[in-house]
Amino acid sequence: MLRIPCPNCGERDYTEFRYAGDATKQRPAHGSGDLEAWHDYVFLFDNPQGAHREYWQHVLGCRQWLVLERDTATNRVGRAVLARELVKQ
Amino acid sequence: MSRGPHRLPRGGRIDRERRLRFFLDGRPLHGFAGDTLASALLANGITLIGRSFKYHRPRGFLAAGGEEPNGLFTLGTGGRTTPNVAGTLTELHDGLTAVRQNGWPSVNFDLMALTSWAAPLLGAGFYYKTFMGPRRGSWMFYEPFIRRAAGLGRAVHEHDPDRYETRHLFTDVLVIGAGSAGLAAARAAGLAGARVVLAEQDSLLGGRLLSAGIDGAGEHWRVRMCESLRRLANVEILRRTTAIGLYDGNTVALVERCGNDRLDPDRDEARESVVTLRARAIVYATGAMERPLVFNDNDRPGVMLASAAQSYLNRFAVSMGRSAVFATNNDGAWRTALELAASGTAVTILDQRKTVDGTLCQLAHRAGVAVQTGTLLTRALGGRAVEGVLFTMAGSTRARRLQCDLLCVSGGWSPTLHLTSHTGIKPVYMAAIDAFVPGGFAAGHFGAGAVMGEFSLVAAIDAGSEAGLSAARHAGYTGAVDQCVVAQEADAPYRVEPALAPAPSGRGKAFIDFQNDVTTRDLMIAHQEGFVSVEHLKRYTTLGMGTDQGKTSNFNAIRLSAAERGLEIAAAGTTTFRPPYMPVSIGALAGRNIGQHFRPIRRSPLHDWHVENGAALIEAGPWLRAWYYRWAGAGVKSAYVAEMQLVRSGVGLADVSSLGKIDVQGPDAAEFLNRLYVNAFAKLPVGKARYGVMLNDDATVLDDGTCARFAETRYFITTTTAQAEEVISRLEFLLQTAWVDLDVQVVPLTDEWCGMSVAGPKARSALGLALPDQDFSDSSLPHMGCREIDLAGVPLRILRLSFSGELAFELYVPADHGVALWERLLARAAPLGIRPYGLEALASLRIEKGHVAGLELDHRNTIDDLGLGKMAAKDKHFVGCALRERADLRAPQRWSLVGLECLEPTAKLRGGAILFASDDPIAGHGRGYVTSVTWSTVLAKFIALGLYQGGLNHEGQEVVCAYPLKGEQVRARIVSPIFIDPNAERLRV
Repeated sequence: MLRIPCPNCGERDYTEFRYAGDATKQRPAHGSGDLEAWHDYVFLFDNPQGAHREYWQHVLGCRQWLVLERDTATNRVGRAVLARELVKQ
Repeated sequence: MSRGPHRLPRGGRIDRERRLRFFLDGRPLHGFAGDTLASALLANGITLIGRSFKYHRPRGFLAAGGEEPNGLFTLGTGGRTTPNVAGTLTELHDGLTAVRQNGWPSVNFDLMALTSWAAPLLGAGFYYKTFMGPRRGSWMFYEPFIRRAAGLGRAVHEHDPDRYETRHLFTDVLVIGAGSAGLAAARAAGLAGARVVLAEQDSLLGGRLLSAGIDGAGEHWRVRMCESLRRLANVEILRRTTAIGLYDGNTVALVERCGNDRLDPDRDEARESVVTLRARAIVYATGAMERPLVFNDNDRPGVMLASAAQSYLNRFAVSMGRSAVFATNNDGAWRTALELAASGTAVTILDQRKTVDGTLCQLAHRAGVAVQTGTLLTRALGGRAVEGVLFTMAGSTRARRLQCDLLCVSGGWSPTLHLTSHTGIKPVYMAAIDAFVPGGFAAGHFGAGAVMGEFSLVAAIDAGSEAGLSAARHAGYTGAVDQCVVAQEADAPYRVEPALAPAPSGRGKAFIDFQNDVTTRDLMIAHQEGFVSVEHLKRYTTLGMGTDQGKTSNFNAIRLSAAERGLEIAAAGTTTFRPPYMPVSIGALAGRNIGQHFRPIRRSPLHDWHVENGAALIEAGPWLRAWYYRWAGAGVKSAYVAEMQLVRSGVGLADVSSLGKIDVQGPDAAEFLNRLYVNAFAKLPVGKARYGVMLNDDATVLDDGTCARFAETRYFITTTTAQAEEVISRLEFLLQTAWVDLDVQVVPLTDEWCGMSVAGPKARSALGLALPDQDFSDSSLPHMGCREIDLAGVPLRILRLSFSGELAFELYVPADHGVALWERLLARAAPLGIRPYGLEALASLRIEKGHVAGLELDHRNTIDDLGLGKMAAKDKHFVGCALRERADLRAPQRWSLVGLECLEPTAKLRGGAILFASDDPIAGHGRGYVTSVTWSTVLAKFIALGLYQGGLNHEGQEVVCAYPLKGEQVRARIVSPIFIDPNAERLRV
C-alpha cells in the first residue's frame, strides 16, 4: 500500500486519497482559446518511466490537492506538496 | 488406550493430560493438546492421507510445516467447511473433523487410481493439448474426465457463520518469524526502544528449536528469550500469524488465526483476521525449508523430509518407523538420523557424497547407525507405504536393496525468501549452501538467520541481534542493547553438495512437484516442446502452482531444468513468488464486508421516517432511497403512477437529500461560478437561483444543477446525486491548482443539509399552511426565486424551482431538523391531500418534462447533444468552451436527445433498447438507444427519452426499439423530449 506524506495530515494510506492524474501538465490559462494547447492538456499524456509528479487529492482528509513525487518504475513515493503552494511560487 | 500405537511413551511438547477426540472421515481418533492434525494422525498410525491431484497415487505427509504439498484436508462441516487445509499447520482441538480429499469412493480404495494407466494423457501440457487435438471435439470429450479426475477439495455454497475481521497496525519494527534469528531480532529492537511486532506462524515461538530436543542449550536459550520478550511492553507478539504479502510503503498483510478451539460468540471472536501492518523497518527471519530428493516413486507414503521426521520425533513424540533409511547430500540430516537412532529406530544413512566429515561418521558409528557414502537413491519400493529402497554405489549400475518402513530424505535447505521476492528482490545463488538467498535489501529491510543462509544457531542469533538493532536504529531508536548468547559451541559449518537425480527410467515416476503431480518426464517433455525458461516451464507443466506454490519443488525444478539446458543453476533464473505466501481463506480477505456491509450505505436524514411510514427502498448508487410508498400501491408499477398523478393534480412531498450540496463563499464567488457554468452567472441577483450546466475540459457535460445566491458573496449549489463527489472535487481542483488567485472557499455540505421538494399545483397552498408567516405569492417568491428564513432558530432555505414541471419548492434545513420539517408539512397540509412520493415517481415526472438526468449525462455527450446548447453564453469563457469548438462535436449525425412515444398500445418501452430506423435491418449497434422510460399519466402511454443519431432532425419518424435479450421489437415515434407543458406555464402560476 502506498503511503503518502500529506503536508497537512502526515503520512497516510493512499486509500484516503484520490489519484488525479499528471501534475506535470500546464493547464492553459482561463480564457485561452488555443485549441492546440487545450487538446494537448486534455488528451496527450506521456507515460514516463521513473521520476514523475502526480496530483493526488486527500479526499478523506484535508481535501487538499497535492503534487506527489512518485517513481513509476519502483513505486517509491517522495515528497508531497500542496498544489496551491507550487502555483504561488 | 492412552496413547496411539506410534506415540512414544515420553517426551514432546504435547500435553498428555489433555486428551482430544477428533474425527477422520467420520472415524473417531484421539490425540493430545499440542498436536497438529498431522502429528495426531501419524501417532495413530495413519500414514495414507490423500490421493494425488492427477494420478490419484497414495500420498503421506512429506513435511511437518507449511510447505506440506500432500497432506491437505477438508476441515469442518456445513458452512464452516474449509477445503485444502494443510494438516501440518492445523492445531488439533477437541471435536475437529477432517476429511481426506480426492479419493473416490474413498482414499483407501480409490477407483480413480486407474488414471495411472491413463497417465500418458495427463502429461505436461495435457490441458492445452486437449484444446487442439488429436481431432476436433477432443476437449469436449476429455473435459468431464479431466474435471472429475483432477482436483483438490471442494468448497461449499453454504453461508459461513463465523466472523472474520480486518484490523490495522502500525509499528516501528516488524520481525517476521520467531525462530532463533527472529527472537534475537525482536529482543534487540525492543531493548533499543522501538515498538516491535513479532509475527510467528506457529502457535509456539522458537522455529526449528521446537523440533530439537527439550534439554539442550538451544531450548534453554529459547525459554530465556521468550521470558525477556514477555517483559518488554513495547514488543507485541502475534502467534498463529502468517505474513502473506509485502507491499509498497512497507505495508505487510498478516493473517491471524484464532487459537481457541471454539469461538466465543459472546465475545464476537473472529476465526481469522487480516492485519494490515505498516512498519518503519522489517526484519525477515523466515528461516529455510528442506528440499526433497528426486528419484523414482519418491512419493510413497513413508517418504518424508528428514526435518519433518525430526519434528514428529522431538516435538510430537511420534515414532514413524522401526527401520529408517536417511538419504541425503548434506550434514543436516545426519543429526536427525542420530536422534532417531537414539529413540530406538534402526537407521541407515545413504549419503550421495563420497566423503563425509569424520566427526559425523564417528558419531554415527557410536550410535550404531550404518552409513553408505557415494550412493545414489534410485527408487522407493512399496505401494501404499514405503517398504524399502533401491540404490546404486558410485561407479556401479547394480541396484542394491534395503528394507525400511521410513525413508527420510534431505536434498539441502532453501531459504524461505518468498516475502523478500514480493518486494522485487531477485534471489541470487549461493554456492556454499547450494541455494538461493535474497539478493539485497532496500533501506529499512534486513534479513537474518537461515533466510540469509546462516544455518547454525550461533550465527543466526548473532545475525538476528544485529538485524534487530539495525532496524531499530533505522526507525530512530538509540537505546543500548546487550549481547545475547547461547551457551553452545559454534556448530560445524554446514556442508552440502548439489543433489543428484537418477536418469528417468521406464519404471515409476520421479516427482518434482508432489501437489501438481509433475514428474521429471513432464519436465523433459516441456523442454522438448520448447517450454524452456522457468516461467514457461511453470505454466506449461503447472509446476509450482497450487496451495503450496512449489515450496518443496521450486529449487529441484530449477536445478533439473538448468541441467536439461546445460546451464549453471545460477544462470537458469527463478520464478517470481507473489502474494499470498500461504493460502488465505476468502472469508478472511472479505472480513466484515459481507452482506449489507459489502459497501457503505448512505442514508437520508429522513430514512427512518421512510421505513416507518411504508416506503419501499431501493439502492441508488451508494444511497438507499425511498422508491415508492405503500399508500400509493402495493407494488412499484401501480404506486409510482398514483404518486405521479398526485403531483400533477394535487401536491406531493419528496426527499431530495441525496442531491449534492456545496457552499460557495468569498469575494470572488461570482467570478468563480461565472467561469464554471456554461451560462451567465455574473449578474445573478441576490435572492435568485439559476439552473446551470458544468462541462468537463473536453466539453462533455459534467453535471447539471442549481445555484442560489443568498448573499453578495454566498452561494448554495446543488448537484445531481451521482456527480456530487466529482463536482466538489473539480471545484477544489480549479481553486487549488488553476485559479489560486480567486478568493473563494467551497465546502461540501451534502450530509449537513436535508432537502425536500414540495411539488404540484397545490404546492403554494401547502407551504402557506405549513409556514403561515411567510408570503409565497408569485410576486414575493417568483419562479427561480430563493429565500433564507429563520424558523424558530433553525435556518430554512427555500428555492422555488421545479424538476417535475409543476409549481414546486425545494426546502433545505440542517439535517437534524429534517424530520420535523417533513412532518410539519405533512401534518399542516393534510387538508390538501399532501402525501410523500418516491424516487420512481420523481424520476418519471422529469421524463414527461424532458429534463435530462444521470442516465442521459453519460460523460460522452455535449450540451448541444442534450438540446441545451442555447444556454451557453457567447460573451464569456467557461470551462470546456475551447474544446467545444471541435468540428467532431458539431457533426449533425451525433447521437442527441430525443423523446419517444410508444406506438403499440399493448407493448412497453424498455431502457437500454437499441434504436433502429424503421427500414434498418435489426443488427449491430443501431442508431442510438433508450435511456429512460416511464408510463405517462398525462398522455396515457409509454414514453421515453433516448439518444438518437441526428436527434430531432428525425422528429416525427418511426423507429424500432429492439431489445434482443428478450426478442422484443417495439415501434415508437421520435417526438420532442418535452412531453408536457412546453411553454412552462405551470411553473409561473
